[in-house]
Amino acid sequence: MKLISGIPSGPIEDRWTNHKFDMKLVNPANKRKFNILVVGSGLAGGAAAATLAELGYNVECYCYQDSPRRAHSIAAQGGINAAKNYQNDGDSVYRLFYDTVKGGDFRSREANVHRLAEVSMNIIDQCIAQGVPFARDYGGMLDNRSFGGAQVSRTFYARGQTGQQLLLGAYSALSRQIGLGKVNMFPFTEMLDLVLVNGKARGIVIRDLKTGKIETRTGDAVLLCTGGYSNVFYLSTNAKGCNATAIWRAHQLGAGFANPCFTQIHPTCIPQSGDYQSKLTLMSESLRNDGRIWVPKSEGDNRKAREIPEDERDYYLERLYPSFGNLTPRDIASRRAKEAVDSGRGVGPQNNGVFLDFAEAIGRLGKEVIAERYGNLFDMYMRITGEDPYTVPMRIYPAPHYTMGGLWVDYNLESTIPGLFVLGEANFSDHGANRLGASALMQGLADGYFIAPYTVGNYLAQGGLDKVPSDHAACKEAEGRVAGRIERLLGIGGKRTATSFHRELGRIVWDACGMARNASGLEDAVKKIPVLREQFWSDLILPGTGSRFNAALEEAGRVADYMELAELMCRDALNRNESCGGHFREEFRTEEGEARRVDEEYSYGAVWEYTGENREPVMHKERLEFEYVKPSQRSYK
Amino acid sequence: MNLILQVWRQDGPDSKGRFVRYEANDISDHASFFEMLDVVNEQLIEKGEEPIHFSHDCREGICGTCGMVINGTPHGPDPGITTCQLHMRRFNDGDEIWVEPFRATAMPVIKDLVVDRSALDCIIQAGGYISANTGNAQDANAIPIPKNDSDLAMDAAACIGCGACVAACPNASAMLFTAAKIGHLGLLPQGQAERNSRARGNCTNHGSCQNACPKEISVDFIARLNGDFLRAGFK
Ligand SMILES: Cc1cc2nc3c(=O)[nH]c(=O)nc-3n(C[C@H](O)[C@H](O)[C@H](O)COP(=O)(O)OP(=O)(O)OC[C@H]3O[C@@H](n4cnc5c(N)ncnc54)[C@H](O)[C@@H]3O)c2cc1C
Ligand code: FES
Repeated sequence: MKLISGIPSGPIEDRWTNHKFDMKLVNPANKRKFNILVVGSGLAGGAAAATLAELGYNVECYCYQDSPRRAHSIAAQGGINAAKNYQNDGDSVYRLFYDTVKGGDFRSREANVHRLAEVSMNIIDQCIAQGVPFARDYGGMLDNRSFGGAQVSRTFYARGQTGQQLLLGAYSALSRQIGLGKVNMFPFTEMLDLVLVNGKARGIVIRDLKTGKIETRTGDAVLLCTGGYSNVFYLSTNAKGCNATAIWRAHQLGAGFANPCFTQIHPTCIPQSGDYQSKLTLMSESLRNDGRIWVPKSEGDNRKAREIPEDERDYYLERLYPSFGNLTPRDIASRRAKEAVDSGRGVGPQNNGVFLDFAEAIGRLGKEVIAERYGNLFDMYMRITGEDPYTVPMRIYPAPHYTMGGLWVDYNLESTIPGLFVLGEANFSDHGANRLGASALMQGLADGYFIAPYTVGNYLAQGGLDKVPSDHAACKEAEGRVAGRIERLLGIGGKRTATSFHRELGRIVWDACGMARNASGLEDAVKKIPVLREQFWSDLILPGTGSRFNAALEEAGRVADYMELAELMCRDALNRNESCGGHFREEFRTEEGEARRVDEEYSYGAVWEYTGENREPVMHKERLEFEYVKPSQRSYK
Repeated sequence: MNLILQVWRQDGPDSKGRFVRYEANDISDHASFFEMLDVVNEQLIEKGEEPIHFSHDCREGICGTCGMVINGTPHGPDPGITTCQLHMRRFNDGDEIWVEPFRATAMPVIKDLVVDRSALDCIIQAGGYISANTGNAQDANAIPIPKNDSDLAMDAAACIGCGACVAACPNASAMLFTAAKIGHLGLLPQGQAERNSRARGNCTNHGSCQNACPKEISVDFIARLNGDFLRAGFK
């Protein structure tokens, strides 16, 4: 496996501009001769499909939901970053670039991050042109808030529904192209395999979820925009259907998987309430702007929050990180919450949370201002827990939320399989070992609106793409793999449900490869997961057939893929003998308990090559070079 | 708590459906309605029976995937929430709960409680957008927008496209859905150029849609839409 990142040379601020000029163009009249398959209709996929169609290409777009408008991007609450400096607080492209490289704990590619910061401005302009109703101040100008890990206000938001509004913007652009006949939309459709012809990505095998029909769609390039894999933990803030199937299939066929162990545990979610729990709900990080996090100073203090006097409370983030306080980056906030709970100071009926308290902010600003800022989040909290956060503090605890790892891509967002591009959360590109808040929406839209439309054109312009008929041997072979797998799943005839296997897998990964990791736990998990996988393939029970709507079959297929990905995550975490960002190895910490990187050895992206079922994967390295932001110990004190 | 469920089961679009009785036992009142259904479904699968199919994804009230009629009301007894946000503490031990799909000719049943809402996507494809190709948009702050307009646009834009308004409408019409989109775009300066071509339809003003809407979108937007419709007619 060759890793050629293709980073352009020259000063960092000119690289993307020069690269755009250097790339080949497709003649406008020829664009309609190309067929581009876009898997996913979230911010990344929706934006890419719409923009490519506007340019004149023929596009097919797929999603597993009943409508492209329901991709999980819809659930993002807090906001989207852009270096507009509308608040005149000293923001700039360079500062956003700097913050993101540092926030990622020096495990991302500088050139990619700089490009992201550059196009962040175009994103906001584009969204306003589409009618995205971002929050405004009384003068009618756009409002901003600040987010964890930044000392400037650069986050644009639409109440607590920023992802929804951005996605509806992309969806409206996509719908326009569907209406114009330039995009052929396939909702209720799952991609189950990839088709390679002469080593290039030339098609996908899909299953119509309503009818069970399997078919191959062929094209000239394939874009995977299928989101993240946090559901490997079973309990996460992702939607129930989020899955790793598309990227895992691509990985099995030769796409390198980079940094699978870099996952983000979000500090502000509602704690688990029981075994029946099916997912965890995020409370936007923006709440940390006004909420103060604390636990009782003494262990086992089960008094009600309001009965605990000020001097018996530990506002531990404010104490440990005076300059960032409650706005420390996510990895740190999460880890400190875990420490507080592990030390016996957890709050709530199950002692599994910490308080996020708005009493001071309500006193200072009034209930109305707080309601205006966070009303819908407070309502959501109240509905789930039955408690009123205007009068008692919220209880929160970290939960799996985002995956920085993903398929390796070069500067053009192309994977190690030619013609296979990967966008949005599904790739590994810009966030290193930790993502800053409000940066995923930015990346998804940057990839979809402003990067892939150029780089995909450059690929197509190089030619060598003869038409592939849908009865090509490679298509038949891939369809055979899909049918065989479905048959195998349905034929096991065991006793345990896919959900129960998924829950057990999730517990193993959470314990060994969650917020804190260590070598012995990971070694143990690398042994346990194959055993569980074996049980899955011999004891799964699955009703119904493959030739009709079968939600249990969909779920089982996804769990089967997580069974393999989970092992790779643990191997990756075991390999990386350092702590960085979200990857916290207990053996590697500073005296103050912070993550201790080992730059001399691990300043690389770990890119895994698949070598076959139950065979050890091979790791390749993409060395990272920092010419602009010199690696330093991250300090948020 | 223990509950009796009467659930609509229907094999496919062309099959006949019927209510089937299930028992849901030992359910925590902190569980969500869907977590209760999960428990029932796991038991069905363990018995080798097909689970009850229902639409869901985010399970936090934003994707608009979920939706069913519970005891006669779209999204269940509480106003202003989606089905996935309904929690079992809302019910009492021993309750009998009737669960059926959204019903409207434009939204046929696909299986059990899952319906086909593609008609809503078609409405957006027909003009629910501002035609602004990617690239070269002017600076986002170039046109100030009064906060009130922007806030009102956001109220309308909060629609999640679940289809409850269609299910609740005596005419099975998507008026509130359509009005919300037209209201959102028509309130913004960027939406003016296509405002007249966007207006369409008419409504018999029952208001059931507003009651069913999990985002409490107001029927005032339908009045706005009617205004736009008339205005477009005069041009
Ligand atoms: C609760 C929550 C809150 C968040 N808040 C913020 C925030 O405030 N700011 C921020 O910047 N980021 C936030 N994030 C992160 C951000 O929302 C996501 O990283 C981002 O939206 C991912 O976009 P995407 O386009 O890559 O993927 P998604 O939006 O997840 O889209 C994936 C698409 O792929 C399709 N798909 C998946 N698998 C298949 C398959 N096998 N076959 C066919 N189709 C498939 C799906 O149908 C879907 O259309 C949040 C995330 C969560 C979970
Ligand atoms: S499942 Fe997303 S709104 Fe209910």
